[in-house]
Amino acid sequence: MADKSEIRYLNPPSIEVKKDKYCRFKKNRIKFIDYKNPDFLAQFVNEQGKVLPRRITGTSLKYQRKVAQAIKRCRHLGLMPYVTDLYK
Amino acid sequence: MSNHYEAVFIMTPVLSLEQTKETADKFKAIITENGGAIVNDENWGLKKLAYPIQKKSTGFYQMYQFESSNGELIEKIETAFRRDERIMRFLTIKLDKYGVEYAARRIEKNKALGTKK
Repeated sequence: MADKSEIRYLNPPSIEVKKDKYCRFKKNRIKFIDYKNPDFLAQFVNEQGKVLPRRITGTSLKYQRKVAQAIKRCRHLGLMPYVTDLYK
Repeated sequence: MSNHYEAVFIMTPVLSLEQTKETADKFKAIITENGGAIVNDENWGLKKLAYPIQKKSTGFYQMYQFESSNGELIEKIETAFRRDERIMRFLTIKLDKYGVEYAARRIEKNKALGTKK
């Protein structure tokens, strides 16, 4: 059984460069997430208009809750849809 | 200790411009009568809604930011919102200190742009 080092790959395995996610609210010190402008909140929502999980946006727990609450208020005010397709 | 609040409400598009102004002033009067002080008011005019509310797809948006020390004002204004059938939807928020800072910056921005009045 050829040991590890002798195995040659047909094409070199693409090493996923690990881009470390950061919480954009902590980085640019945003303290208040405004529920009145839907364009900013649209970045945290997928095509169906659902709130994106933290593992994708990388925001910290504290700000994820604020973003989720702001999105819900925005939806209540009719500025953002509850559910849609091809939202972007 | 006075708290800062923000009330946004949507009026049915059926109304004429004067009627929207009149309803907006009606709520402004409620706030000022009961010991509230309007800090900033914005009228976003007729906007398209993301989903139909009461079978209507557009609405007149009006925003009041005010501060007041007595809490009953909020109950009064909310019952007034519920009673008035021209109001399709309303939302009142208590602003924390970061919210107040943000709102202050927003007032300067509006003044600089000279819009949204």
